[in-house]
Amino acid sequence: MGLDIEKIRGLFPVLHQEVHGKPLVYFDNAATTQKPQAVLDALTNYYEKDNSNIHRGAHALADRATRYFEETREAIQQFINAREAAEVIFTKGTTEGINLVASTYGRKFVEKGDEIIISTLEHHSNIVPWQMLCEEKGAILKIIPINEAGEILFEEFEKLLSPKTKLVSIVHASNALGTINPVKQVIDAAHAVGAKILLDGAQSSSHLQIDVQALDCDFFAFSAHKLYGPTGLGCLYGKREVFETMPPYQGGGEMIKEVTFEKTTYNEIPFKFEAGTPNIGDVIAFKAAIDFINEIGKNAIKAHEDELLTYANEQLTQIKGFIPVGTAKDKVSVLSFNINAMHPYDVGMMLDANGIAVRTGHHCTQPLMKRFGLEGTVRASFAVYNSKSEIDKLAESVSRIARIKNK
Amino acid sequence: MSSIQEIQDEIVSEFEILGDDKESTIYYIMELGGSLEDFPESERIEENTIKGCQSKVWLIADKEDSKVHFQADSNTDITKGLISLLLRVLNNRRPEEIINAKLDFVERIGMGSIIGSQRSNGFASMIKQIKLYALAFQTKQNA
Repeated sequence: MGLDIEKIRGLFPVLHQEVHGKPLVYFDNAATTQKPQAVLDALTNYYEKDNSNIHRGAHALADRATRYFEETREAIQQFINAREAAEVIFTKGTTEGINLVASTYGRKFVEKGDEIIISTLEHHSNIVPWQMLCEEKGAILKIIPINEAGEILFEEFEKLLSPKTKLVSIVHASNALGTINPVKQVIDAAHAVGAKILLDGAQSSSHLQIDVQALDCDFFAFSAHKLYGPTGLGCLYGKREVFETMPPYQGGGEMIKEVTFEKTTYNEIPFKFEAGTPNIGDVIAFKAAIDFINEIGKNAIKAHEDELLTYANEQLTQIKGFIPVGTAKDKVSVLSFNINAMHPYDVGMMLDANGIAVRTGHHCTQPLMKRFGLEGTVRASFAVYNSKSEIDKLAESVSRIARIKNK
Repeated sequence: MSSIQEIQDEIVSEFEILGDDKESTIYYIMELGGSLEDFPESERIEENTIKGCQSKVWLIADKEDSKVHFQADSNTDITKGLISLLLRVLNNRRPEEIINAKLDFVERIGMGSIIGSQRSNGFASMIKQIKLYALAFQTKQNA
């Protein structure tokens, strides 16, 4: 049973425009997804009717805003199947979630000589915070290698694990290649040596069913803007018992229980980690994005995107000069490629001239690109509102670009 | 040799023929890159790259008979095309001509909308580096 893509497209105002005189084909969804009208309406509605500061205002508007704000937290709790809403912290995005764990859990529990494991597939946001922590603490960063298809070598990962491993932080689905990691096995293996585990869910959260209890991960970080929601907002899930061992992240309002000049006691989770006035309007609007996804259903979204990815592979592999990068068996809807002898920037620019929006470059994964001996790739990434006819346009353009260069 | 203004007028009329067709314009720019003279392999070093460009751009200059001779290269075809446009206007001229050149063709062909704002910053860096070289040669000349 297929989705009614035209109907879904109708919910996204931004898709209905021309770029350089051509209908927009938006294939940069791994960078950020577009927002349905309901999200835009929720945002406007909040500022038109409910705007006020939350949690302490003694008036009707504050009460409404607080209620809607906390309803989003509950919606996310259900979305990722956390045990309780307090295990969901609002952040600026995945990057802040990872930094929060590095700065609090990391600073408190990682010591000289301890080891942190990440993989070759990581985005810079899941590399640099750990490098900073390792430098500060004299800890050691270990890297899981990958094969030519862009899949982690699980046996090599097992060899890296030891009682010195304090933390494993790994991407759930690669932003540059689309590879879905065998995270359940990774989590169980990490726990077997007593390590905590963080999943970077920036890419996986919009495509895969997320069940943090079944996964048993200690942390799960993701961003709203890749989930059809607003920019500048994300969530960090953490197990209550782990969150409670951690010191606060930033100091300020909201995160305190009582402040005297001599001593401050901290609030309970989640507020302990949410200093200052949060991004109220975007949090409230994010619920509309979650509702949008739930209404269609993650399984239906994944099935549609899988179909697009398979179709795109079929169409593009027929083109002489097309070189796919990342051919893992298990992938989200990301198609990374190069065209023979062409720089990805040039390809991206020519696709843009045809109204097709893709990402080009290293995708903030320079070590991964280096592993493949590449400067970068062209990345087309598909979302629920994309169609096969759009992929036909991509294939047609890529074919023309490849011919010109090969002539 | 045509004046800076004459060459700029030529470029503007070439782009006028391409009209609003973005794809043809990009192809044309990429083809222009093929006209750059071969860049010496030994000069493809970090010191010769232009900062502020998304793609790699190497630029070197020397002075022959009171005129500045530039050589440049890039790892992307579009950038090669862009720099070839600049060299077509500014190469083999006296330092003061280069320093005082008003590059009105950039705006007249609507470069900003052709290459977008990120590449426009890189393009501005190329112009700046070319003028800095000219300034250095002029300073040396007057010393």
